Amino acid sequence: MSNHDLILSVPAPARPWRERLGSAMPLLVLGPSLVASFVYVFVFTGWTLYISISNSSLLPTYGLVGLDNYASLWANRRWNIAYNNLFLFSGFYIVGSMAVGLLLAILIDQRVRGEAAWRTIFLYPLAVSFIVTGTVWSWLYNPVDGIQAMVRGFGWTSFSFALASDRHYAIYAVIITGVWQASGFAMALFLAGLRSVDQDLVKAAQIDGASTFRIYRKVLLPTIAPIFLAVAVIQIQFAIKTFDLVAALTKGGPGISTTFPAIYVYDLMFQRGQIGEGAAAAIMMLAALAVVLVPYSFWVVWRRRKEAGHG
Amino acid sequence: MADATLDQSLDHRAATVAARRHFLTRLVIYGLLVVFAAIYLIPLLVVVLNSFRDQQEIARNGLISLPRSFRLDAWGQAWSTYCIGGTCEGMQRNFYNSLKMTIPATIISTAVGAMNGYILSKWRFRGSEALFTCMLLGVFIPGQISLMPWAFILGNLGLSNSVYGLVLIHVIQGISFTTLFCRNYYVSIPDDLIKAARIDGAGFWRIFRKIILPLSSPILIVTVIWQFTGIWNEYLFGVVFTSGQQQPITAALVALTASGTNVRAYDVMSAAVLIGALPPLLIYLFGGKYFVRGLTQGAIK
Repeated sequence: MSNHDLILSVPAPARPWRERLGSAMPLLVLGPSLVASFVYVFVFTGWTLYISISNSSLLPTYGLVGLDNYASLWANRRWNIAYNNLFLFSGFYIVGSMAVGLLLAILIDQRVRGEAAWRTIFLYPLAVSFIVTGTVWSWLYNPVDGIQAMVRGFGWTSFSFALASDRHYAIYAVIITGVWQASGFAMALFLAGLRSVDQDLVKAAQIDGASTFRIYRKVLLPTIAPIFLAVAVIQIQFAIKTFDLVAALTKGGPGISTTFPAIYVYDLMFQRGQIGEGAAAAIMMLAALAVVLVPYSFWVVWRRRKEAGHG
Repeated sequence: MADATLDQSLDHRAATVAARRHFLTRLVIYGLLVVFAAIYLIPLLVVVLNSFRDQQEIARNGLISLPRSFRLDAWGQAWSTYCIGGTCEGMQRNFYNSLKMTIPATIISTAVGAMNGYILSKWRFRGSEALFTCMLLGVFIPGQISLMPWAFILGNLGLSNSVYGLVLIHVIQGISFTTLFCRNYYVSIPDDLIKAARIDGAGFWRIFRKIILPLSSPILIVTVIWQFTGIWNEYLFGVVFTSGQQQPITAALVALTASGTNVRAYDVMSAAVLIGALPPLLIYLFGGKYFVRGLTQGAIK
């Protein structure tokens, strides 16, 4: 009989209630959050999924209609505009904010004076709501009072800048504003990445006589490649959820030219009483997020395993 | 001899060229920084200046011009007398609504997140990693998915069109974020510290109070800033689940700027925008340093 079995065969003394409570404490404390998160993630999603295949209109009802809501959603011109806008916006927004963010990070990385001040200036939009940003930029884009009026006031009377009021270009007004708001965030992450690169690598390259440009291209940027992906994924999430910015900046207009999926969901659910189709549109937003996030999380897990395997 | 002087003058020339190049590079670097800083600061400057300008003057000279008048009236109007959709009480009620919503939701979600993070990093049990992953999913769910369920739940709890309903939403939604932040931070606290304390007879709460909490200030600052700015700036739930006098300030701002029927009162709207932007801006200015540090240290991994 091994030692281990011996211990097991001895009847366990009744543990005092305090001790038992103590060992259950972690679960007791975690329990409510677990239940709430479970309900929030799974029950809410399942609920909305169910509504999306039901014939709900003004109020949720539970007669099933299969994929009818999805069919009518995709047949709708406005939804297609919203989806196209999402792709256009995501592309320019992510590339734009990362390009500006990287440029700013590299500039600040050149041992400039007053680094903290520059950082604060580029990052403050992060603290301000999309509502505030959108409202203020809608004034700047306003041809009568904003940038166009200012330039014309200088004497260039034929100057024209009316991005937000032109249905073909209004989406670019949204993009510019989004990039303005988000590039500081990208800058902060890139800068932190640049600073975390092993300085010996940089010194070795300097001794080899590599130019600053070459050091960035060949040493620093490849080393922080994972940060590019992380920033892109975070920005895609923001892009897919874009609602406030458009609501404050263009209200989806002129006409329906800057409709986004999130705006459309809101409209269907609360302005037109088409809850079923609105839920279908919300599920499509979730699907878009999943398309991005599922492969990314697999990649992160794979990379961690690989790193753990190596070291 | 002649060779040496030639060399020297060549060296000298090379040095001047290098110095000039260095100077030019610096010029380009600072030049670009100044241009971008201007792009970032001008919108803020425009709003600040316009909140002190006279409405007629703005109408005459446009939004972007140097002020030729100075008055504080717009701030008073925006705060207490300007009319939004029939009620003429300015933004003060909405400002208080936002405070009443943001402060409790921030405190509760941060406290719960700290406890969760503590448990999920230091009191792991079978399946706790899987549960953590499930909780994490909450970070990614778009608000639109939860609109209908929330409408139903708030209706049944009698919390529709109430600030408390919004507190509930933000607490539940925030738990995923706060748990993620705190858990990632607590993982880096050595387990030996906890083990030693347990051998000394310290229990669950005592370890939290005496060991974890004193080490937590960096991550609690990050979490509080994140939650405060996020909840204060939130718009979707505010506009869907409240109306009129119950609305938080973001929703009221949209209502205010949309209600410009006659001449657009840019002075009052500018002051209102600043009132809405000020609390998170102040928090950011005072805590931003810690925020960036914490964010890059562990919150986003």
